[in-house]
Amino acid sequence: MDFSLLTTEILVALIGLLVLVVGLVLPDRGKQLVGKLSLLALAIVLVYALIAFPREASYFNGIYQVDVFGNYFKILFLIAGILVMLSASKYIKRFAAKSSEFYGLMILATLGMMVLSASGDFITMYIGLELMTISFYILTAYLQSDKRSSEAGLKYLILGAISSAVLLFGMSLVYAMTGTTIISEIAGAWTMQPAMAAGLVMIIAGFAFKISVIPFHMWAPDIYQGAPIPVTTYLAVGSKAAAFAALVRVFMLAFPPGSISFNWNIILAVLAVLTMVIGNLIALTQKNVKRLLAYSSIAQAGYILVGLVAANTYGLKGVLFYAMLYVFSNTGAFAVATAVEVDAGSTDIDAFNGLAKRSPMLAAIMTVCMLSLAGIPPMAGFVGKFYLFSGAIQAGYLWVAIIGLVMSMVSVYYYLGVAKAMYIGVSIDENPIKLDVPAQMALWACLAGTLLIGIYPGPLSNFVQTAISMFL
Amino acid sequence: MFEFILPNAWLIPLVPVLAFALIGLFLHRWPKISAALSIFSIAIAFILALVIAGGVFSAPAGTVYEFSTRWLDMPGLQVDMGLLIDALTAVMLLVVTTVALLVQIYSLGYMKGDPGIASYYAYQSLFAASMLGLVIANNLGQMFVFWELVGICSYLLIGFWFGKYSARNAAIKAFITNRVGDFGFLLAILFLQIMFGTLNFGELSDSMAGFTNMTILIPVAILLFCGPIGKSAQFPLHVWLPDAMEGPTPVSALIHAATMVAAGVYLVARAFFIFSAVPQAMTVIAVIGGFTALFAATIALTQNDIKRILAYSTLSQLGYMMMAMGIGAMTAGMFHLMTHAFFKSLLFLGAGSVIVAMHEEQDIWKMGGLYKKMPITTWTFIIGALALSGIPPLSGFWSKDEILLGALASGHIGLYIIGAFVAFLTALYMFRLIFVAFFGSNKAGAEKAQENSAVMTVPLIILAAISVVAGLVNSPLMHNAFGHYINSPAGIEPHPSLIIMISSTVIALAGIAMAWLIYQKQVISAEDLKYRFEGIYKVLYHKYYIDEIYAWLGARLVDGMAKVLYWFDIYVVNGFINAIAYVTAITGEVLKFTEDGQVQTYALYMFAGIVLLLVSALYAVYTVLI
Repeated sequence: MDFSLLTTEILVALIGLLVLVVGLVLPDRGKQLVGKLSLLALAIVLVYALIAFPREASYFNGIYQVDVFGNYFKILFLIAGILVMLSASKYIKRFAAKSSEFYGLMILATLGMMVLSASGDFITMYIGLELMTISFYILTAYLQSDKRSSEAGLKYLILGAISSAVLLFGMSLVYAMTGTTIISEIAGAWTMQPAMAAGLVMIIAGFAFKISVIPFHMWAPDIYQGAPIPVTTYLAVGSKAAAFAALVRVFMLAFPPGSISFNWNIILAVLAVLTMVIGNLIALTQKNVKRLLAYSSIAQAGYILVGLVAANTYGLKGVLFYAMLYVFSNTGAFAVATAVEVDAGSTDIDAFNGLAKRSPMLAAIMTVCMLSLAGIPPMAGFVGKFYLFSGAIQAGYLWVAIIGLVMSMVSVYYYLGVAKAMYIGVSIDENPIKLDVPAQMALWACLAGTLLIGIYPGPLSNFVQTAISMFL
Repeated sequence: MFEFILPNAWLIPLVPVLAFALIGLFLHRWPKISAALSIFSIAIAFILALVIAGGVFSAPAGTVYEFSTRWLDMPGLQVDMGLLIDALTAVMLLVVTTVALLVQIYSLGYMKGDPGIASYYAYQSLFAASMLGLVIANNLGQMFVFWELVGICSYLLIGFWFGKYSARNAAIKAFITNRVGDFGFLLAILFLQIMFGTLNFGELSDSMAGFTNMTILIPVAILLFCGPIGKSAQFPLHVWLPDAMEGPTPVSALIHAATMVAAGVYLVARAFFIFSAVPQAMTVIAVIGGFTALFAATIALTQNDIKRILAYSTLSQLGYMMMAMGIGAMTAGMFHLMTHAFFKSLLFLGAGSVIVAMHEEQDIWKMGGLYKKMPITTWTFIIGALALSGIPPLSGFWSKDEILLGALASGHIGLYIIGAFVAFLTALYMFRLIFVAFFGSNKAGAEKAQENSAVMTVPLIILAAISVVAGLVNSPLMHNAFGHYINSPAGIEPHPSLIIMISSTVIALAGIAMAWLIYQKQVISAEDLKYRFEGIYKVLYHKYYIDEIYAWLGARLVDGMAKVLYWFDIYVVNGFINAIAYVTAITGEVLKFTEDGQVQTYALYMFAGIVLLLVSALYAVYTVLI
């Protein structure tokens, strides 16, 4: 076997372990260097991953798959990880002596996401999922002096364990009925049995927890608010995208729509509609931007799920497309929130008052990112929603698309509420918020990504088309 | 060089856009750097345009370069974006960049000391970029985007001195008047997309060939023409243009010569294959053009504000161009657009020079004798006026002649007579302006006037030189090179006629002579004429009361309807919306309480969800198995 195709994963694992070990040995000043070096290393891996995008291989009888679909998501995780770590560079000072372990855990979580999106069987998938989730348990509770952070970590651990149990139960039921854990072999062994249906539903429930689909979403607002903001960001963009990658792979390969006699699309459709409606409605009432973004990201998960409901070219294209633009738009919004929290110590909407006067660029980036999340052209979110909803309409789920569109309109209200605070609100503090260079780089990249994908979606669209070709 | 730049022609609008973005985002605190960057960027655009024009005009006539890439691919809708470069584009690129460059250099002097210089240059860059983008677009949709950008920029620049009430109003008026035309334009675009499934000029042209359903094509062509009526200020949407004089004078030069008004004429030329297929639409264009030409020229006779005279002159000349398009003489129309761009920007910049020297005085009756104080401005202005009046061998002579020739050759005798009469009026009002403002006796304000600095006079000299020679490119002396490259298979291309040349020269000279008799020698008293034809004079002076009629109609129709709709909006729509919003907000508040912070509750919801899913899934399986 040619293991050179695993270079991306191997490198990320090595960087993660190195950072952990080196961080123990080095004195304080060296630790800051570790963070910068690991970012540089990840950037190099990203370039490599882009070059290696079209290469495909299958390992250990299909247990681990290197394919364009997984490679697309690996690129996405690397971009997200780099952006999050860049935007966090100032925030990390709060972790004092433990900053290099922070980088190490973030990188290991990235590795978990990669394994999750590339695994070809249930067990490997579960290992990837746990590697990612356990890293996040620790990261969520990383602000030891902050009670909320510890509380969030504990809640996430308990609820995460429950969801893992449900997921494993579902997988074992499917194994019991088909005799295999290899995803691509399940479709052939499909039998219409109650236990099979129960397993399938539990797998949905397990992943629904990770992508915070209602009613499995309850953890998200508390954890998003309590966790350190960079961790929240990565949870929202990275962990969610990874779970979507696994979900798409399992449902398109193990339970391909049309070839099995069980219509799981309708279950997902109901969940997606519930998520879009309730997520957006609760977001309307939020007074804290972190919590608002938490509910917004619940609602966003609902939009992305619509793509899988459709399960056709445009729907799947929409899932991948949206996951990528979501990295830029959501990280941009969170990065501005990070800057405000570092400056004001709070992320209440009041803390954003008058931001347009203090730091016009930050306010502009926040507005652009939020308009993108709301799906206003020419921002990227519009194109993404266009793919998702036109896919749903094509597949006959017109009602889902209509509810999605209506709820997008509702979401404009709370997104613009933040913009209103920034542009009309008055602040006592007139000083501009000081940003360090890495955070500025991250912000500009998020702005550029959000606008470029929106104005010229062609290249990403082609990229995504290649990535989903294996399912259709 | 050409091979490299050609597929990268998008750089031409992009460079000024970058200047706009850089100034707007970072450099606006340093006005001098902003101005330098803006001028530098338009200079680069000018050089690129020169290279492109060089390449296009050394290739065989009729060569079309098109580069297109897919912008959006959705089920049932493919949108392309691309570049279309042919002789028509090349001419427009050259005209726009030349005038914009000179105007921006001139503005250094004109806008000196203005606190808003940085934003002025940012808008100028965006204005030029929008116009350049419009010119190189290969489809109507893309063109419309830039078309609207041109509209926005005109709004920003006309209202540049927004502290002035009149400037604010003029900006709003220009924007709203244009919206009326743009609405028709947009409808036409939608119709074309529905009818042919494409907006690409080349593809549209091919599909037009086999399309014979006139009942639908006539309204579409006329709707399409609504755009140019608004942008190129044709009757009845001409009202914004004279008011647009509230902007800084270099902006007027830009709007009247290179951007904005030229966009409408350009659209007609670009979409000529559509119009020429619909004779009825052609008649409409020709009649509206001819009427606007005459109508505006008569108003110009009575105005006293130097810029307003020029503004009505622009209206009149635009009418001329439209008339040319309407009678099928597309080449002549474009040719006149080009020569007019040069001499009209010259005239406006000259007027700006006078206004600076007179300390913001714009009434020609308060000037007088300026030729002694401001020789460069005076002589360049006279060159511009001679070109506009159509005195050989200046540029306006050749282009105006072609239009008259086209009218006669295509059998539109009535339009020919209108054209010839307008030529007479043009010479008359231009030389009325010159004799009153530049010659005659010194008035109080003109005593201290003096010539402006080189940064303002050099652009005048350059434009004067171009105004003299630009007409030669389509003269028999150069074998009608312009027409050789820019023509439409549907257009007419008559042979030059000596009789027309001589007769139109005589008409122009007669106009000048009459102005000389009335305003210089005062053989005929202007006051006398005013009293004898008091009724006509009043109607003309008040611009046919069009603004008043619109105001009256606006008050009756728009305000009346607004009152009804307001009631409907407040009591019916708002009531409905408020009810929805109330329910939505309450639901949100109630749902918020599900989140109580207890892990047990969260787990409970999760399990409840799983149980519900399981029950429904098992029920589904059960129904299938039974």
